[in-house]
Amino acid sequence: MFGHFSYIITVFLMVAGLFIIIARGNLIKKLVGLSIFQTSVYLLYIVPGKLVGGTAPIISPQYTVYSNPLPHVLILTAIVVGVATLALGLALAVRIREAYGTIEEDEILARDHVVVAASHEEPV
Amino acid sequence: MSLAQHLPALQVVLPLISAPLAVLLRRGAVAFAIVTAAAWTAFAIAIALWLQVAADGAISYHIGNWQPPWGIEYRIDRLNSFVLVLVSGIAAVVLPYSRASVEREIPRESHYLFYAMLGLCFTGLLGITITGDAFNLFVFLEISSLSTYVLIALGRDRRALTASYQYLIMGSIGATFIVIAIGLLYLMTGTLNLADMATKLAAIKSTRPVLAALAFFTVGVSLKAAIFPLHQWLPNAYTYAPSAVTALVAATATKVTLYALIRFYFTIFGESMVFKSLPLPEIMLVLSLFAMLVANFVAIFQTNLKRLFAYSSVGQIGYITLGLSFDSVHGLAASIMHLVNHGIAKGGIFLLIGAIVATLTTRQGMPPAPTFDRLAGLAKQMPLTCFGIVIGGFSLIGVPGTAGFITKWHLILAAIEKDQWWLVGAILISSLLAVTYVWRFVEVAYFRAPPAGSAPRGEATYALLIPAYVLIAATIWFGIDTSFTVDTALDAAQLLMHNSR
Amino acid sequence: MNNDKLILAILLLPVFGALGILLARRWPNLRETVTVLTAVSLFAGVLQLLDPVLAGLRPAVALLEPLPGLPIAFRVEPLGMIFALIASGLWIVNSIYSIGYMRKNKENHQTRFYVCFALSIDAALGIAFSANLLTLFLFYEVLTLITYPLVTHSGTEQAKKGGRVYLAILMGTSMLFLLPAIVYTWHIAGTTDFRAGGILPGDLAPATVVALLALFMFGIGKAALMPFHRWLPAAMVAPTPVSALLHAVAVVKAGVFSVVKVVVYVFGFDILSGHTDWLIGISCFTIITASVVALNADNLKRRLAYSTVSQLSYIILGAAVLTPLSLVGAALHIAAHAFGKITLFFAAGSIYTAAHKTDVSQLDGIGREMPWTMGAFAIGALSLIGIPPFVGFLSKWYLISGALAGERYVVAAVILVSTLLNAAYFLPIIHRAFFRPAHDDPHHRSGHGEAPLPMVIAIVLSASGTFIAFLFPDIFLRLARGIALGGTS
Repeated sequence: MFGHFSYIITVFLMVAGLFIIIARGNLIKKLVGLSIFQTSVYLLYIVPGKLVGGTAPIISPQYTVYSNPLPHVLILTAIVVGVATLALGLALAVRIREAYGTIEEDEILARDHVVVAASHEEPV
Repeated sequence: MSLAQHLPALQVVLPLISAPLAVLLRRGAVAFAIVTAAAWTAFAIAIALWLQVAADGAISYHIGNWQPPWGIEYRIDRLNSFVLVLVSGIAAVVLPYSRASVEREIPRESHYLFYAMLGLCFTGLLGITITGDAFNLFVFLEISSLSTYVLIALGRDRRALTASYQYLIMGSIGATFIVIAIGLLYLMTGTLNLADMATKLAAIKSTRPVLAALAFFTVGVSLKAAIFPLHQWLPNAYTYAPSAVTALVAATATKVTLYALIRFYFTIFGESMVFKSLPLPEIMLVLSLFAMLVANFVAIFQTNLKRLFAYSSVGQIGYITLGLSFDSVHGLAASIMHLVNHGIAKGGIFLLIGAIVATLTTRQGMPPAPTFDRLAGLAKQMPLTCFGIVIGGFSLIGVPGTAGFITKWHLILAAIEKDQWWLVGAILISSLLAVTYVWRFVEVAYFRAPPAGSAPRGEATYALLIPAYVLIAATIWFGIDTSFTVDTALDAAQLLMHNSR
Repeated sequence: MNNDKLILAILLLPVFGALGILLARRWPNLRETVTVLTAVSLFAGVLQLLDPVLAGLRPAVALLEPLPGLPIAFRVEPLGMIFALIASGLWIVNSIYSIGYMRKNKENHQTRFYVCFALSIDAALGIAFSANLLTLFLFYEVLTLITYPLVTHSGTEQAKKGGRVYLAILMGTSMLFLLPAIVYTWHIAGTTDFRAGGILPGDLAPATVVALLALFMFGIGKAALMPFHRWLPAAMVAPTPVSALLHAVAVVKAGVFSVVKVVVYVFGFDILSGHTDWLIGISCFTIITASVVALNADNLKRRLAYSTVSQLSYIILGAAVLTPLSLVGAALHIAAHAFGKITLFFAAGSIYTAAHKTDVSQLDGIGREMPWTMGAFAIGALSLIGIPPFVGFLSKWYLISGALAGERYVVAAVILVSTLLNAAYFLPIIHRAFFRPAHDDPHHRSGHGEAPLPMVIAIVLSASGTFIAFLFPDIFLRLARGIALGGTS
């Protein structure tokens, strides 16, 4: 049970993040959910790379057990990707707020609907 | 080492460099020239690679001379050399087009950013295709996705923003699923090199983490490739994106993710695991049928031409997954050739729709949506444009003499090989649905009177028409001379099926 | 030029003709000259192939392979020769007629009309010369699509509706039935080439033979076998020259031509023997039913259309009876019906052009106004009824002899009954035209006289064709016998 502790956390974060994305209508909150969801993946990669008692992989006669550095490197990349996604998402949220005056999903849908109904055709 | 040996790296690196250069130089025209030159060079490289693979077999290129499985390997075989030609070819056509189209659709001051993003977008797509490293694939996937979100958001309609946001959320979930799958596979095998992973997986197939990886990967790719029913982001994204972007994304982005699906199924997990021990072919078959019938049916009732063909794309992706679900050489070959056959037809159609939008745009105004009431009677004013769309439509229908027919033939053959006559019926009914939606356009453009009070417009400019007609001509060409598409697809399918048995 | 290259030249000629027409669009006289010149040189080209084919040669040429092992290929055999001769020969006559019709009626889009017409003939020749099912299917679909703008030429709501029916039935049947039939043939036979004696393996289960034959017969919607015949009356919204050449000759003959070709060269008599009773039944039903509908149709073109539906089934019947004599009859009837029906449609178009009359009931006394037109109409009608000295008599003779030789007495009876029906729907028209006094109809002035000269020339040419073909049926008969040999290996 305890041996899988990290996986339980990973799965919890994953599900929590997904739930927020699906359940929340606020565009910022959705992005928060997305970030949590992505964070769970960082955990998934990094934790198995660490060995109990292992050290940084610098070869030395003193040590025999090393941690695997590759997951960390990979996740550095993934974090960069995550940050870029978040930044882009936030920028879009700002633009949406400028265009619609709201960042609530249902209100945005309602506003588009009103425009369509008023003009009887696709607005430009 | 000679330059020719570095072609695999140059394939990705040249477009990758063109993007920051475009940003640094900050001039629309210069940025355009740089990215276009990169796209054309990439196309030339892709053709060279395709020829080389056709002659001498697969190429393995080690980035930075680090030996695989530790270093990143670029691996080019029959399958991905084919997809490389598609992606770089479409980019090489869309870029010259975008110059004329973007001028009317995007504010002048952000032109250089547009070209930079376009460059990044097809860099990412080329990277996904060429790489032989699982994590590298994810990184390129995100490069192409993030730039696609930006490109879609550049559409002038405010709904482009929400469409882009929606795509960003769904796309990021998909990408994260894919990275989870890659993580699980890495945990089980300790390697990220695809070929190495495949050999190590052979011993531990059907363990639970591997099955979980397969599930995560399938769902992730389905989101990215808009496989029914995970296609909700696609119609809005295609409809509101700038025309050139719609053409590029419709012709390449979903195709490349489908390529990744084929690659993982056949090279990594192996055909026997994916198709024999799991009910995946059945699920895929049902979903493909839904895509072909439901999405094509929904397409009939659209009034916005871009949205109509967007739904048609969902249906056509159904053909590709249907071919996969047959789990036979002919079925797989049909899927592979349809990547190109559909890509060029849909790319051509969206370029022509873009030409209509650009022509209907007044000097200062917003680009109008190509709705049917605006398109009424358009064939009189823009005969070449409308005719081109009809020809592209023929390929979607699968009229003999067009590329679409070649795919349909192989799909039907694959269904008959399995004695599934009802599937033959389903395939043909879906092409009748395609006739219906194409003919809706024909009747509006050719038979309806133009809307009252509309100013007479001329034909689209040649800068818009010529690139579009290159693709339209290609759909005819690949319907008659199929030595490129069919031979490559059959070869690739045989290799994949053989190696994964 | 050798014969193989000649095939390609023949197939390219109308394409260049179409380009020439397009280039000459601003000068109507030049444009029409280009059309007629193309038609004449096309016919001359096809004639060049006649002697080699009669001598037993089979000129062939293969192009690219869109599917592995399945090239786009052409091979001229006797049946294709008959079809090609008729289509290209009557195109000359029809072009002359079109000039008069289109100008007098001040039709729009005349350039588009001539371009599509040239390309339609090209597609018909592609069908005629096709060496395998794939090539046939390719040109079959091209013919459907390229004739669509001709059917909907006027651009009215009615034309749009007619076009919908036309496309829905022709595309629908060819996609749903014909394409799977072809793919299945390829799957079991490993080839789709047309070969004497058929290509299907001899050990097919009877149910499979019947099912495959049904897919082919209904898939070839252009043959207008009931219940997929509705497109033909719907196509009558087209200008009359289109109805005359395409919907009495090129398109429908492409259909029955494909039917005969499939029966003879894909199945072969051996495999089919005993499995065609249902087909005989349906074609007999089509013959009688369509004749009855024609009897009740007042609109002249509609009556002619249903007459065509019925006459096409003669040809299917001739193929389905599976005797050499009936096959000769079928092949000959392709020619006989072409000459007769084009004459009738020409007459209908002339009447419309000169008098603006479209219904049978308006035709009282018109024979005195338009003696040439109605005289030709009478000849065409008599030929189709099967009265000597016109070619229709010969084809019916062979059909009946074939039926008797195959001991199909019911079939012979159906042909005889339908002959009576033919007479019943054609003779009243002739009677009205020549022996009834003209109405005093306030809407239709009398004294309009004959149609324009080009139309009269064309109609006289085609009518005399039925007579000349009766006197000199030798070429057609020799070709037809060549096909009959092909059924048995």
